[in-house]
Amino acid sequence: MAVPIVEMIDIQKHFGHIIALSGVSFSVMPGECHCLLGDNGAGKSTFIKTMAGVHAPTHGEMKVNGETAHFANPRDAMSAGIATVYQDLAVIPLMSVSRNFWMGREPERGVWPFRTIDFKMADRVAMQEMSHMGINLREPEQAVGTLSGGERQTVAIARAVYFGAKVLILDEPTSALGVRQTANVLATIDQVRKKGIGVVFITHNVRHAMAVGDRFTVLNRGKTLGTADRGKISADELQNLMAGGQELAQLESSLGGTV
Amino acid sequence: MTMPSTVAAPLMHTARDERIKRMSKFRRAIIRPELGAICGTVAVFAFFFVLAGGTAMFTLEGAMSWSTVSAQFVVLAVGVCLLMIAGEFDLSLGSMVGFSGMIFALLTIALGLPVWLSILLALTLACALGAINGILVVRTGLPSFIVTLAFMFILRGLTIWSAISLTRQTVVSGMGEAAANDPLARLFGGKVLTGLFQWLANHGVIATFARGARAGQPVVEGIPMLIVWAIGLLIFGQWLLTRTKFGNWIFATGGDPQAARYIGVPVTRVKIIMFMFASLCAAVLGISQVVEFGSAAADRGLMKEFEAIICVVIGGALLTGGYGSVIGAALGAVIFGVVQQGLFFTNVESSLFRVFLGSILLGAVIANTYIRRLITGER
Repeated sequence: MAVPIVEMIDIQKHFGHIIALSGVSFSVMPGECHCLLGDNGAGKSTFIKTMAGVHAPTHGEMKVNGETAHFANPRDAMSAGIATVYQDLAVIPLMSVSRNFWMGREPERGVWPFRTIDFKMADRVAMQEMSHMGINLREPEQAVGTLSGGERQTVAIARAVYFGAKVLILDEPTSALGVRQTANVLATIDQVRKKGIGVVFITHNVRHAMAVGDRFTVLNRGKTLGTADRGKISADELQNLMAGGQELAQLESSLGGTV
Repeated sequence: MTMPSTVAAPLMHTARDERIKRMSKFRRAIIRPELGAICGTVAVFAFFFVLAGGTAMFTLEGAMSWSTVSAQFVVLAVGVCLLMIAGEFDLSLGSMVGFSGMIFALLTIALGLPVWLSILLALTLACALGAINGILVVRTGLPSFIVTLAFMFILRGLTIWSAISLTRQTVVSGMGEAAANDPLARLFGGKVLTGLFQWLANHGVIATFARGARAGQPVVEGIPMLIVWAIGLLIFGQWLLTRTKFGNWIFATGGDPQAARYIGVPVTRVKIIMFMFASLCAAVLGISQVVEFGSAAADRGLMKEFEAIICVVIGGALLTGGYGSVIGAALGAVIFGVVQQGLFFTNVESSLFRVFLGSILLGAVIANTYIRRLITGER
């Protein structure tokens, strides 16, 4: 049995008198896409922010490669190989693809204090990595704002992969995208997984999850309702778990099963 | 990984997206953040060439006068530009010009410190005040507009109060003699290339005084140090912003502070350093004015913060940060300087110049908005 890259055991998170998470367990294996499903307010964001080092858990244990880890800030998580791509905060639209790609890790050349960014190298690598992901840029100086939503996510994903992420957390990468763009992002997830990177795919769209997921964990009101393997659970069952069962069943019958 | 489409399934390395229009080299070369300011500069020069072509405005002497005024704006605009790209304003910079000049003069005249030490102390104080501004903005999360507006009043008040309580006047003079032989003061006042200009005059290239005490000397003795500062700061600012890692962080800090923070950019540090740099630019201007005029006055630098912001906006910077150009800001400063000095050389009703300046401002900013959309894909 392989060791999970990241394992979260009985994680609780309280904000004052609000219990955002009340005992969530979750793990990611190398090369798998583990979908974290949940409706709005289920605690998905809190959970991934805990994993990404933004919040410290109130209770529970985190293990990276089988060893206990504590993250004081997002940088700690990043250096442990956990990269997060936030939905709206992935990239800076006013800046070029190349500048975004290297943000915070700019390659430099020259003698201090006259060190400058090595644009030649930066541009070449950015173009190359983007083209591996299937996006052909007009030029590396192209502003990210000129790209579509899916392509922006891809810039952030390509960046995380290039800088050696072992776990990639994608926060609702498809929720604001059109059909074709969604398909592109899902294809990218598949590609990333094949490199042996563990992907945590957060979504509330069951269909998107079913398309790429290897395992599915449903979060509801701060609790996990269990983890299921691919093929052992149907889309309807996931949908019901997310919404807390009965209420949705009633709703669904009135809507003719279209939700 | 491509979806079924007209493009063949195995991804070609050089495949081009058929929906992206090819941009010509020329178009790419002219679509730049500074384009609005470049057009504005050309318009201003053309305008004055027509109206004041026959006057002294386009002689060497005239050119030196509007260059010097432009240089004042450039020095401030470079600092304001970098700060604005990092997403913040500093409305206290005009007051800082007056304050640092006054501190410099008071330390020298009232406390009798050597000029070079007064200069260093005034620069250090300006940096410290910039840091306080920055720390307050970053820590409280208040808009820099409010925090620095408060400092605009505080610094102006302190300038007047310190001058009156130490010398009973609002103008502290006697700095000319004090700074005459100081090694550091020479960096802030005086002229360079005087030998070259004398040589040019001797060979009849530039005019000389015909009579009086300075007979035989060239009408333009050399290039004022302020112009050297302006060019130096311009080059430094442009290099820092476009070529270095720190410049990348400045853009990111203004573009989206939260996203920048998540990816590991020290947003807080960048902002504070930019506040310090802008204050330092204001202090350089304040000190060089004192050395130049031989006195410090409590009302120096009034409204300069707004003029600098206008220069920067004409230069293509986005008021909300994350986008802009130092060269553009400098061109904005030149537009300002030329228009202001052009007043003296033409007989046109001066109120019309405000109309002209306003139109240039509006035209450049509207043009900039379109240019920016072309570059960044904003909608």
